[in-house]
Amino acid sequence: MDIINLVFIFVLAIFLGVELINKVPSTLHTPLMSGSNAISGITLVGALALAGSDNAMVSMLGAVAVGFATINVIGGYMVTDRMLAMFKKKEGGDGK
Amino acid sequence: MNEEIIDLVYIVAAVLFIVGLKFLGSPASARKGNIISSVGMAIAVIATLFTKGLNYELIIGGFVIGGVIGAVVARKVEMTSMPEMVALFNGFGGLASLFVGWSALKNEPSPELFFLATVFLSILIGGLTFTGSLLAYGKLSERISGRPFVYMGQRIVNSSILIAVVVCAVLFIQNPADQNWLYLAVGLSLLLGVMFVLPIGGADMPVVMSLLNSFSGIAAAAAGFAIGNILLIVAGSLVGASGIILTNIMCKAMNRSLSNVLFSGFGTVSTSSGPVVEQGEVKPMSADDAYYVLEAASSVVVIPGYGMAVAQAQHVVKELQELLEKNGAEVVYAIHPVAGRMPGHMNVLLAEADVPYDLLLEMDQINPRMENFDVAIIIGANDVVNPAAREVESSPIYGMPVINADQAQTVFVLKRSMASGFAGIDNPLFLKENTRMLFGDAKESISTLVSEFKS
Repeated sequence: MDIINLVFIFVLAIFLGVELINKVPSTLHTPLMSGSNAISGITLVGALALAGSDNAMVSMLGAVAVGFATINVIGGYMVTDRMLAMFKKKEGGDGK
Repeated sequence: MNEEIIDLVYIVAAVLFIVGLKFLGSPASARKGNIISSVGMAIAVIATLFTKGLNYELIIGGFVIGGVIGAVVARKVEMTSMPEMVALFNGFGGLASLFVGWSALKNEPSPELFFLATVFLSILIGGLTFTGSLLAYGKLSERISGRPFVYMGQRIVNSSILIAVVVCAVLFIQNPADQNWLYLAVGLSLLLGVMFVLPIGGADMPVVMSLLNSFSGIAAAAAGFAIGNILLIVAGSLVGASGIILTNIMCKAMNRSLSNVLFSGFGTVSTSSGPVVEQGEVKPMSADDAYYVLEAASSVVVIPGYGMAVAQAQHVVKELQELLEKNGAEVVYAIHPVAGRMPGHMNVLLAEADVPYDLLLEMDQINPRMENFDVAIIIGANDVVNPAAREVESSPIYGMPVINADQAQTVFVLKRSMASGFAGIDNPLFLKENTRMLFGDAKESISTLVSEFKS
């Protein structure tokens, strides 16, 4: 794809990210960090294709990347879920 | 599956990430948001698995090893150890980007300039995220000293490393066949990560954690540019933006610029500056006396800090809260943005102890009401309640927004000893007329109070 298109998407995504994250309350900052960490494990998608290369060096590096990115994805989502499951409202309190 | 369909799935995945982050905007929907985001990840990975010519043995190997490690760590980790675990995962994310970049480079027989530059960025940022996060992990888990490590000419050394990396980049791009420049750059970026976290002390960790979080996203985006994958670019920039915002919030909460946090090794440079302005004496108090005051109180604000995490006192604090409420008092918590070692650290600990999140108030919500509280209980917090930030112009933390605990009718400070806080700054709060010190382990002190209430 055209370089300029990629840069265009990049810039828009940054702005979108800023708008989205600005609305996250400080009480959720830790889950936000670990959850966004899990999203950064998206490199997994890139690593998968590289692990299939005929070149032994490429596929080995790709496979290592698959391993580390998987730790990030699985661990990140699971621990975020564990944390968020603990966030409770006051029982019988008025709904917001 | 052909490539168009995979690309369409990627669009859906990107939408799910965005919706997931949107749902993280409120504690009530946050868990759902995380699940939506994980569904996005799952469909993106599954679609990619249909690409032609994959090596499934290697992939399954990576999945199994990575998945088991991730799952075990995520299940076992204690909530008090959350900062170091997030740091560790963050480092792995950076390392994954480094390997993707490196692998993509080996896979490209005739690289173009843009490709080389983005590969280089993913390796550089990925590498420094990895070692920086590992060092942060070491400091947070206290495997190595959490004190800032500062030496003469630190900035010059760090800048030189950065310049050397750029020189390597230029030399490598001019002659991609010579891989030695690349290896040197990988080594230097790993070194840079260490050098960049070394001077940062424990109290400044929230800033560094946020920044490294941002880097891991940017490294993923750079890897996305390198392999021309839009999903990596979008997801990576969302994470990058998130980290940048958190960094900014943390810096504002300390009234310091990012470069000041990164380069100055807080507290080591300016400890002895300024005369002692506040005169007075420390007034210790027994748990018995504390109990009588609390029993008569009709409103109590609890201000936790890193010391609460160290003492693992969150559960007894919750117990005390319930007893006070049964006694007819209003109890709320006041959370400073940089209390603890990562953004939102205190909130997670209190959530673990079943404290409802609507009782946790931010600094701006609590300060205007502070004088209406009968008792402020400070548990293991120091700098974030230091009135010197408002009153003493010579104080190194002058200008930092703090929770005005001293304005409450009575202030209890639970503290192990009279040693000054992490940053080594005197805290005039301890000498104020309305302050009482409750020395000892925070968990034990509160347990004593709890048993007095029960008897």
